[in-house]
Amino acid sequence: MIHTWSIARLSRALAGRELSAVEAARAWLDRIDRLNGRLNAFITVDPAKTLSQAREADARIARGEGGALTGVPIAHKDLFCARGWLTTCGSKMLSGFVSPYDAHVIEQFDRAGAVILGKTNMDEFAMGSSNENSFFGAVKNPWDERAVPGGSSGGSAAAVAALLAPGATGTDTGGSIRQPASHTGVCGLRPTYGRVSRYGMVAFASSLDQGGPLARSAEDLALMLAVMAGFDARDSTCVDRPREDYAGALNRGVKGLRIGLPREYFTADLASDVRAPIEAAIAALRGAGAEVVEVSLPNQHLSVPVYYVLAPAEASSNLSRYDGVRYGHRAAEYADLNDMYAKSRAQGFGREVKRRIMIGTYVLSHGYYDAYYLQAQRLRRLIANDFTEAFKRCDLIMGPASPTVAFDLGAHTKDPVQMYLDDLYTIPINLAGLPGMSIPCGFGAGGRPVGLQIVGNYFDEARMLSAAHAFQQVTDWHTKTPPAFGAVSR
Amino acid sequence: MTWEVVIGLETHAQLTTASKIFSGASTAFGAPPNTQASAVDLALPGTLPVLNRGAVERAIRFGLAVGGAIAARSVFARKNYFYPDLPKGYQISQYEQPVVAGGVIAFMLGDEERRVRLTRAHLEEDAGKSLHEDFHGMTGIDLNRAGTPLLEIVSEPEMRSAAEAVAYAKALHALVRWIGICDGNMQEGSFRCDANVSVRRPGEPLGTRCEIKNLNSFRFLERAIEYEVRRQVELIEDGGKVVQETRLFDPDRGETRSMRSKEDAQDYRYFPDPDLLPLEISPAWIEETKRAMPALPQALRERYAAQHGLAPAMASLLTESREKAAFFDAVVAAGVAARTAANWINGEYAALLNDRGVDFSTPPVDAARFARLLALVSTGAISGKAAKDVFLAMAEGDEDAQAIVTRLGLAQISDSSAIEAAVDQVLAAQGRLVEDYRAGKEKAFNALVGQVMKATQGKANPQEASKILRAKLGSDPN
Repeated sequence: MIHTWSIARLSRALAGRELSAVEAARAWLDRIDRLNGRLNAFITVDPAKTLSQAREADARIARGEGGALTGVPIAHKDLFCARGWLTTCGSKMLSGFVSPYDAHVIEQFDRAGAVILGKTNMDEFAMGSSNENSFFGAVKNPWDERAVPGGSSGGSAAAVAALLAPGATGTDTGGSIRQPASHTGVCGLRPTYGRVSRYGMVAFASSLDQGGPLARSAEDLALMLAVMAGFDARDSTCVDRPREDYAGALNRGVKGLRIGLPREYFTADLASDVRAPIEAAIAALRGAGAEVVEVSLPNQHLSVPVYYVLAPAEASSNLSRYDGVRYGHRAAEYADLNDMYAKSRAQGFGREVKRRIMIGTYVLSHGYYDAYYLQAQRLRRLIANDFTEAFKRCDLIMGPASPTVAFDLGAHTKDPVQMYLDDLYTIPINLAGLPGMSIPCGFGAGGRPVGLQIVGNYFDEARMLSAAHAFQQVTDWHTKTPPAFGAVSR
Repeated sequence: MTWEVVIGLETHAQLTTASKIFSGASTAFGAPPNTQASAVDLALPGTLPVLNRGAVERAIRFGLAVGGAIAARSVFARKNYFYPDLPKGYQISQYEQPVVAGGVIAFMLGDEERRVRLTRAHLEEDAGKSLHEDFHGMTGIDLNRAGTPLLEIVSEPEMRSAAEAVAYAKALHALVRWIGICDGNMQEGSFRCDANVSVRRPGEPLGTRCEIKNLNSFRFLERAIEYEVRRQVELIEDGGKVVQETRLFDPDRGETRSMRSKEDAQDYRYFPDPDLLPLEISPAWIEETKRAMPALPQALRERYAAQHGLAPAMASLLTESREKAAFFDAVVAAGVAARTAANWINGEYAALLNDRGVDFSTPPVDAARFARLLALVSTGAISGKAAKDVFLAMAEGDEDAQAIVTRLGLAQISDSSAIEAAVDQVLAAQGRLVEDYRAGKEKAFNALVGQVMKATQGKANPQEASKILRAKLGSDPN
């Protein structure tokens, strides 16, 4: 049952020549082949390419040049440009776009000898919290196929949860790694802004986007983050700072760790079936030696409105390049240049993307800029300052990743604001540029998973991972798998 | 009724970096279409800009050269609009916080020194080119130029005539070349001007302005402004009103015509580019740049006036380019009197280069050789007139002045006994002229000098000949 193995287990097996990279790749390709039809987690699978990379990995291991991830198959959210792979961003606009170059993250995995397992489904241009905004169709939650997996990295989360991939990459602009991780019962980490290069990652909102890993344990996240993190001169916002030894720091424990619980995260907005597992998780950490303090983030209620000014503003400009001139969808018929732009974009973008382009264009317009964009920038600073204050009193902040368990497919499609509010606990972290993660901590109504959010100070990913690992040493939530998709053995 | 003309210029100077402002692609001119466009220049999904330090360094040089304030922190902003040769759908420019604020361009307008203040200078990227020819019913897009670094230099509306605007543009053109930040090639579009023109009654507030684009030569700049001033004055005098708009200059018809009105003006939705950090320039970086700067034309003009007593107009001509000033300095250093050197360099030498369409970066006669020619003139070995012929001969090859003088037999006779013999001969033969002179006709004296020159095939030193002639005529007992 190779497909039930964690990355750590697989890594040891590959290094010990217990199995080959080709066998490993076949195991997951076979899972995808049999089960992806039910979930729609992958947009592109290309076994020939995957197996060819796996053969290279085997050769490398044979030469004794393998590393921790050599031969490990990883699925990538379909907004990481990978040379020779279709890179659609979940959009009709890029439905035929084959990237001629590799993203920094793809290069890093390639250098480490990891194998591309396929490209995962996502909300179009990473805009959404349910994965229903994909040109390639919605993704289903492996725990309950009537439910959404969350978004926008819903394909990656569903693939990991259903054991179609041992690990996957995602991106998190307002919660797009943590919220789907929470809804599918997997672990997902959004690193500090600037920790992972954005080069080759199709931009949604440049000042908020950050790539990160999804996997089934803190240990696996540590192995993936070690590959993804690092300086890249091609991204001016990437920070030149040595990465920590994430795997080495895992066993630090939580003795004396001060956990801050924000008062504002435990209000009536939080569903009781989510609150209970979160409180139980905090109790477990306290039992392992952590201390708990209450903190306050008084401006957090501003986060969603601030985010829905800034993210669309940046997106409206970032998506201007999709004009049908050089690549991407171009309308078959048009009257003149403006008509070509209008028709190509009207046909190429979905409803939510158009909605955000319009919001963004509006808030940047002459006469509205000060009232919306500038005001939002000011409030963004207040929101970030709340965290600076809170971290004077604690080492990590914890709370729910999402106010509810995964909702049903179609539940929020007519009410975008309700959908936006699903991200109220994750968005503040993006606005502050902080690292955050979600790890499974139980189940709520309908047996749908609940995720514990762990927020660290800037570049404190090692501490977050060690706390999560400590939790996973005393609990087994992360070992649970959706009944319909098989059990994990370690 | 008199009208006052008000002109401000916006100049785009293409910076001399080898690679683009936000990508590693080459900026070389004239490559086959789209061969110098990288993934970043093509705005492929996921690509990001990285600022070229060389472009910033050139902006610092400019700020230092004009005495502007170099911002410790400036911000790149996105200017959003759709156009096929603008791959990202926005241009990265600077908006609220430019890299250079203020500064002055000083220049001579005739004999008068003018100082035009600058509003700002900011860094931005150029767009690509749309090619409408050779594509039937279609447009070709060449993105080689996309991302080429530009410094946009904005003047205050302080110029009062087309001539002054041209003089300003020429001084600015000379300066950016002087400090090595722009090659100044106007045919290739490395230096282009937009003119903001308005007219008003003296003492009244500023009139409504029109912006004229597409001015890529000094002549077009002058003609466009002159046409536009006439158009606006006639419009107002006929009871009309100037409408704020952007106009294009048509060099074939010599007129400007409306391109778009203010009402059609786009909302560019500027906002800080989140892909780039604010540009921070440390005092140390400014100091380092300052140390590597050449002496500036203004400083040289002042030195030429103080040290050599050269008139401002003369000094200004010498500092047209760094190469020309360096040539002058080298000739003077070789022992030639400054005024002689200046007259020759601004006169004969400049005329020769102008004929050949070249400049002092490729002087056909180097400074040492040229100094030896001028030495022959100042010692009287050859006449000034002969020297001009010798100079032209020198420019054809490597021959030294003395060799040419010898070969062509152009040496001047300064030996008084030889000239005396010629004078005696002329006095004996030209009794009529001598009589006229004695009768008080000064013209006759000049005719006599001419006869002496003729008798010596032009080689007599004319001063010497006059002196001897005067002495002989004066010593005559009559």
